[in-house]
Amino acid sequence: MTISRRVVLHFPRLLVDQPIVYHLVKDYNLEFNILKASVTPKEEGLLVLELSGEQSDYEQGMQYLTGIGVGIQLLSQNVIRNETRCTHCGACITICPTSAFTLELPSRRVNFQAEKCIACGLCIKPCPPRAMEVRF
Amino acid sequence: MGKTIAEINERIGKGQAVVVTAEEVIEIAADKGIKEAAREIDVVTTGTFGPMCSSGAYLNLGHSKPRIKFGGGSVYLNEVPAYTGFAAVDIFIGATALPDNDPQNKIHPGDFNYGGGHVIEELVAGKDVRLVAIAHGTDCYPRKKLETLLNIKDLNEAVLFNIRNAYQNYNVAVNLSDRTIYTYMGVLKPNLGNANYSTAGQLSPLFNDPWYKTIGIGTKIFLGGGVGYVAWQGTQHNPAVLRGDNGVPRRPAGALAVIGDLKQMKPQWLVGTSMFGYGCNITVGIGVPIPILSEEILRYTAVRDEDILAPIVDYAEAYPQRQPDILGEASYAQLKSGKIMVREKEVPTVSLSSYAKAAEIAQTLKEWIKRGEFLLTEPVAPLPGVEAGITFKSLEEHPI
Repeated sequence: MTISRRVVLHFPRLLVDQPIVYHLVKDYNLEFNILKASVTPKEEGLLVLELSGEQSDYEQGMQYLTGIGVGIQLLSQNVIRNETRCTHCGACITICPTSAFTLELPSRRVNFQAEKCIACGLCIKPCPPRAMEVRF
Repeated sequence: MGKTIAEINERIGKGQAVVVTAEEVIEIAADKGIKEAAREIDVVTTGTFGPMCSSGAYLNLGHSKPRIKFGGGSVYLNEVPAYTGFAAVDIFIGATALPDNDPQNKIHPGDFNYGGGHVIEELVAGKDVRLVAIAHGTDCYPRKKLETLLNIKDLNEAVLFNIRNAYQNYNVAVNLSDRTIYTYMGVLKPNLGNANYSTAGQLSPLFNDPWYKTIGIGTKIFLGGGVGYVAWQGTQHNPAVLRGDNGVPRRPAGALAVIGDLKQMKPQWLVGTSMFGYGCNITVGIGVPIPILSEEILRYTAVRDEDILAPIVDYAEAYPQRQPDILGEASYAQLKSGKIMVREKEVPTVSLSSYAKAAEIAQTLKEWIKRGEFLLTEPVAPLPGVEAGITFKSLEEHPI
């Protein structure tokens, strides 16, 4: 079965210069799409990837990453809507490049579909009550 | 037919009043006709929940020992400056006030993370707020400096007093330029990238009473989750604008000044907000009950989104330069569909006011009235109508 997952990878300092994504492709036959990449001032790496491939390959790939010391989280655990602050206005809807926010009808409440989110952060500041949080 | 507010209140008191929301009344009027609907229904409840800049609260802080006179001095609440030009311990905190050290738009667009609206929300939530005050000191008020935590429960008065809320209609904001702009109508993407509007349409109070026939000074309302009153017409109240055949203004028109006890309100309905690149604000919940005194009043409350038109305005050039040009009009039904046509381009639309929350306010007010907890008031004076001859003035500069 083919699956597709958005994951956030945290690289410790020692791994920042290693060709890890290359191994995911070459050894585990996974397709990747880089959504975000950065190296912090402490030289730790952050990589947000969309990975697709056979489920067994994906699982083995994840085992490989865990084994060499890369921290893995699903992207949906990193982008959070503060439900008490959200007023369901809709300011986020046209800002989001991946249409992760949709208007639910007939209630006209704003839905956030975390699985569509690419953690770009564009919604954070245009949200008047500042309900969106990205935590890496 | 014809009912009086006293008769409606009697029915509310007995738990017999028929109360529906401004959404529900549309279907009832369509099913049963205006005449029958007007006979059956006693009250229609409206609601709106959007950013309303001209909002603030006055507080009486009580007297410290020894005494200090804040009047004419400086007072900060969580670093946000309050207005002190009153007697010794009365202050006013406005929703758009910013800390003195806020970077504002020095690096554009500024974040505007915390301002007066957030202070009001925290007060209402029962959180302690940090007061720092500097005064000049007098024989009767010797103290010159005071730093303390304040809690709303320890204040003599905390009163929300908003001088312009619940605007009757508002612009649909778009951007014709080739760069993103940051406005009080939200972030507007270049080349007609999006269109932002801000009203609850068919649920909005003044769309349901377009000629101000029931809403007047003294009208009791839902305000910020508590009870408030219409204090006056809102600033910039401008009844004599272009109107549709149904009487509904097609341009920004009337507005309400409202007042109520902040201690009774809830943070859920007074939310401090940040307009990216623009400033701080507060999102206010207001619900106004409309007594169905006649068939005419019922007909007004049955107004539908498709019958309400709003002007589309370019916020890159026309608005800032005070040019009167509009790019067309859109109905609230079109705006709520998620896209409108502007200059032959399909433009995605969103609202800055929450329709879902406006509906919740109308529903809450309906429940209060049905349970007999909320009686209607007779206005003590009407709001100025078209006949008042109000002309909307701009600031024309005169050399000094």
